[in-house]
Amino acid sequence: MILVVDMNSTENPFGFHEFVLPIVAIAEELEKCTVKHYLEVKEKSLDGYDKIILSGSALRDTVTFDETARFKWLKDCSKPVLGICAGMQTIGLVFGGRVEKCREIGMTKIETSEENLLFFSTFNVYALHNYALVPSADFKVLAESANCVHAIKHKRKDVYGVLFHPEVRNKKVVERFINAFQVDRRI
Amino acid sequence: MRIGVLFSGGKDSTLALHKATEKVEVVCLITLVSENKESFMFHTPNISVTALQAEALGLPLIRKATEGKPEEELRNLEEAIAQAIKDFKIDGVVTGAVESVYQAARIQKICNLLGVWCVNPLWKRNQKALLEETVAKGFKTVISGVFAYPLDKNWLGKQIDEDLIEKLMALSETYGLSPSGEGGEIETTVLDAPLFKEKIEVLDSEVEAQDNSGVFRIKQVRLMKK
Repeated sequence: MILVVDMNSTENPFGFHEFVLPIVAIAEELEKCTVKHYLEVKEKSLDGYDKIILSGSALRDTVTFDETARFKWLKDCSKPVLGICAGMQTIGLVFGGRVEKCREIGMTKIETSEENLLFFSTFNVYALHNYALVPSADFKVLAESANCVHAIKHKRKDVYGVLFHPEVRNKKVVERFINAFQVDRRI
Repeated sequence: MRIGVLFSGGKDSTLALHKATEKVEVVCLITLVSENKESFMFHTPNISVTALQAEALGLPLIRKATEGKPEEELRNLEEAIAQAIKDFKIDGVVTGAVESVYQAARIQKICNLLGVWCVNPLWKRNQKALLEETVAKGFKTVISGVFAYPLDKNWLGKQIDEDLIEKLMALSETYGLSPSGEGGEIETTVLDAPLFKEKIEVLDSEVEAQDNSGVFRIKQVRLMKK
């Protein structure tokens, strides 16, 4: 069971439709999933989920940058996590990174810098962000565009982040994350 | 949130308008009238009908003409959204974008520059489900343009109903057409929808078509009581 965390500000009435439902549509092809808004997620509420995906949000929406205390559960979480755009930025902030202004809107070329489970080579992605993450030393950089870091992995945990929106033109990235951490429930 | 809807008069922007109305205050419509029939940004067939659609909806319409040159039409769109911000104090723009990153990214950039939300309630939705939703909601939508093989003049002016959706889905499977015309294969005009206080009656029209490209040109229309 996948937990998809809605990272959108309550100010945006369609953030859920635009940034969460497309992830759910991809995930549900492979596994059951549940959506919770980030305000509802607490460490105890993670029981029963095998993996967690933090959604992206609108270009103007940086609400979770100021709410990192609500995501302290990420530090103790042993489950695989994939953060998308605002999800990646928030993960990075929780682990001591910082954000800096970097605008990329539209199809953007990125280059893989370290072998990983989610993607390989040079490819085009849909970017929609005003800020990029400068990750802390806890993370390896997996991919970069000409302007900024586009994908990270925690050095000791299965915690991944992508700045681009894989749900738009790179759904395989989400599928590979889900398939890489399949839980075998056979007795 | 006060919203201006980017409105072409077709099924997607009209459906986005209906969805927006459920959650925010829609205060105006914004239409770009492009002289470029090849525009990747803006719908062109029957764009003049948007004036009557706005009247039927009871919403003010900001209409901006553009020659449709690629960069200039974006500047004209920016001017139109800026006017909506000034005249109607909008906080955001709703679009009917479903799949086109070309359109979506450009509108995102303009909204970002102007400091308003860009909201896409139909983004990445299943295209067949969207077509079915318009039919279920009671939209009267006609095909006003076809621009891809094997579509031809026989499709022009046809109303989108369940049978027509099945035919589009069959073409989608065989020829890879986007069933809702996301690649510009089809353009549509909405003549009636739940938020229309009056419906639009077509009094005179003509079909102009050659091979797999053509338009259903609406020449004379009037509003009718529903």
